Amino acid sequence: MKVFTDNEKKEYRNIWVVAEVLSGEIQPVTHELIGAARTLADVRKSEVWVVVMGSGIEKTSELLFSYGADVAIIVDNPSLFGFIDETETKIMKRLIKKYKPEIVICGATTRGRSLIPRIAVMNYSGLTADCTGLSIDSDNGDLLQTRPAFGGNIMATIRSSNHRPQMATVRPRVMKSPEPDPSRTGRMIKEKMIPGDSTKTKNIIDIFHNTETAVNLADAQIIISGGRGMKGPEGFKLLKQFAKRVGGAAVGASRAAVDSGWIPYAHQVGQTGQTVQTKVYIACGISGQIQHLVGMQSCDLIIAIDKNSDTPMMQIADIAVVGDLFEIIPEVIKEIANL
Amino acid sequence: MKIVVCIKQVPATHDAKIDPETKRIIREGIKAILNPFDNYALEEGIQLRDQFGGEVIAISMGPQKAENSLREAISVGVDRAILLSDRAFGGSDTWATSYVLAKAIKKIGNVDLVICGKQAIDGDTAQVGPGIAAHLDWLQATYVMAVDEISSSSIRVKRMHEDGYDVCEIPFPAVITVVKDINIPRVPSLKGVLASKKYKIPVWKPDDIDADKSKIGLDGSPTRVVKTQPPPFRHASTKKIEGTPNDCARSLLKELRMRSII
Ligand SMILES: Cc1cc2nc3c(=O)[nH]c(=O)nc-3n(C[C@H](O)[C@H](O)[C@H](O)COP(=O)(O)OP(=O)(O)OC[C@H]3O[C@@H](n4cnc5c(N)ncnc54)[C@H](O)[C@@H]3O)c2cc1C
Ligand SMILES: Nc1ncnc2c1ncn2[C@@H]1O[C@H](COP(=O)(O)O)[C@@H](O)[C@H]1O
Repeated sequence: MKVFTDNEKKEYRNIWVVAEVLSGEIQPVTHELIGAARTLADVRKSEVWVVVMGSGIEKTSELLFSYGADVAIIVDNPSLFGFIDETETKIMKRLIKKYKPEIVICGATTRGRSLIPRIAVMNYSGLTADCTGLSIDSDNGDLLQTRPAFGGNIMATIRSSNHRPQMATVRPRVMKSPEPDPSRTGRMIKEKMIPGDSTKTKNIIDIFHNTETAVNLADAQIIISGGRGMKGPEGFKLLKQFAKRVGGAAVGASRAAVDSGWIPYAHQVGQTGQTVQTKVYIACGISGQIQHLVGMQSCDLIIAIDKNSDTPMMQIADIAVVGDLFEIIPEVIKEIANL
Repeated sequence: MKIVVCIKQVPATHDAKIDPETKRIIREGIKAILNPFDNYALEEGIQLRDQFGGEVIAISMGPQKAENSLREAISVGVDRAILLSDRAFGGSDTWATSYVLAKAIKKIGNVDLVICGKQAIDGDTAQVGPGIAAHLDWLQATYVMAVDEISSSSIRVKRMHEDGYDVCEIPFPAVITVVKDINIPRVPSLKGVLASKKYKIPVWKPDDIDADKSKIGLDGSPTRVVKTQPPPFRHASTKKIEGTPNDCARSLLKELRMRSII
């Protein structure tokens, strides 16, 4: 591995955020990352740049400045409508070569976690996944990246000081979104960097939104999750009603419930499902096996509803409601309506 | 069709400890299992071979005892297994690991499709699959939840996203990473277990795959773990709510309103 000299490192400046674009709209995780990048850039007295790749994205990009971006690089092309990892990698590779960013961060979404590793390999950049904390050495720009590993059992601090840019992904809702300031302005750079026709490319045939698989657990504020105690698919209907009443809540599940076929895998939280970090996690009829706990124990507020008050979940919960959930949840739904 | 499945042996999560000196995972004396997601990768490889003919090969980089996971792969029906093991591979991060695996895939030759699990449960990065694709400069599809069609020259898959899924067709050679939705892994047959016991697993060293020694192990890895610590302590001052269902519901809502959640 070639180690960069201090002088070579100095050629790399500014903190970049790769925007998350869905159906032509920039997603909240991008604003959160601009907030994080702003803090880093202020320490380094440098700028926050956001790269937006997509189709018809110019309008949505204008808002970026109000969240704290100084520069937006727009690569707008109809061929970027669907998610083609390879094309976006090629574009990023050229942009990095041209503008030399010190740091590149991106949301740890399915898209981000596919695109960034590809870019990192092509640049021989270190990449740290799913960071929960980022800080920077004001002298040399080395990024200190904190992330959970081993299902949240260990926090590791990782450095990639030998190369530039340094790269990291951050999960949605880990960083706080800044308050937009509509008076802030910035520069927009339009780049036409569409790689020429390569015969071998991914062909996106169809895109489906809001289907049964569209469970944005990572993006939810509140997750209402069910386990074996839900007894069957009917139980999950009850949870869906509950979630609807609470507003902004997604439905999660333990592996036992998913394996029983009561609810699709996309809802699974835990070691082999998704790791979540929501404001509120309401566990209904989940005993709290370690494989489940590691996927949700860093949520801010944990509420458990179970008839057995001795389960591991009831022990780690901030609020433990003891009783029959089939009696309690309908009462909760009823009482919310009365509020 | 020639398919390679990349599998990793991982410590059973809740046993994981870190050596305070070296910052590496202490692997000695810890139960090691096949990364759960890799069972789905293996099953998909086997099903595609059964459907299309050809050969499916499992590879793993790790210490000698990772051969146990490769034996598991043989027992469920892969045709061949190869272990990449050498001191020089130790300490590899995702950049270097995907470099080594890509080199091994090149060495195997004429591979059409590489299948990886969505992520390994120790590092939890999901970076090795796309990393392999990048090193090989092949196309990739991640978070694959279904293979809809396969021909001698391409594969059509459903990719899971936060907001739904898409269907895309990718020409070979390609790398896919798979999620649990994709299949139900089989259990090994008795015959398979016997075969796996007898199978002699070849061990490849850096020279066998023409690896550039400056790109493997700790020296080849752009990331460094500089510190590890336990996660922030979760205080468990549990507030218990009991009573009639209606009492419970009201008390719970009071707590939620107090915190401006509803
Ligand atoms: C908590 C944590 C979080 C991490 N997060 C990231 C991250 O976000 N991004 C990233 O790129 N890296 C990450 N890493 C990896 C990190 O950058 C280094 O690779 C790490 O210090 C090596 O630790 P290890 O315990 O995996 O090393 P090792 O135990 O040396 O294992 C490294 C690899 O080498 C192989 N290996 C080990 N010994 C042998 C042997 N004798 N023969 C053959 N093969 C062997 C193993 O298969 C393993 O895959 C993380 C590591 C830890 C511990
Ligand atoms: N050392 C390894 N040997 C073989 N395959 C690996 C190795 N590390 C990772 N993989 C593959 O890459 C996937 C993602 O791993 P990770 O990027 O570590 O989360 C795993 O599910 C495996 O298929």
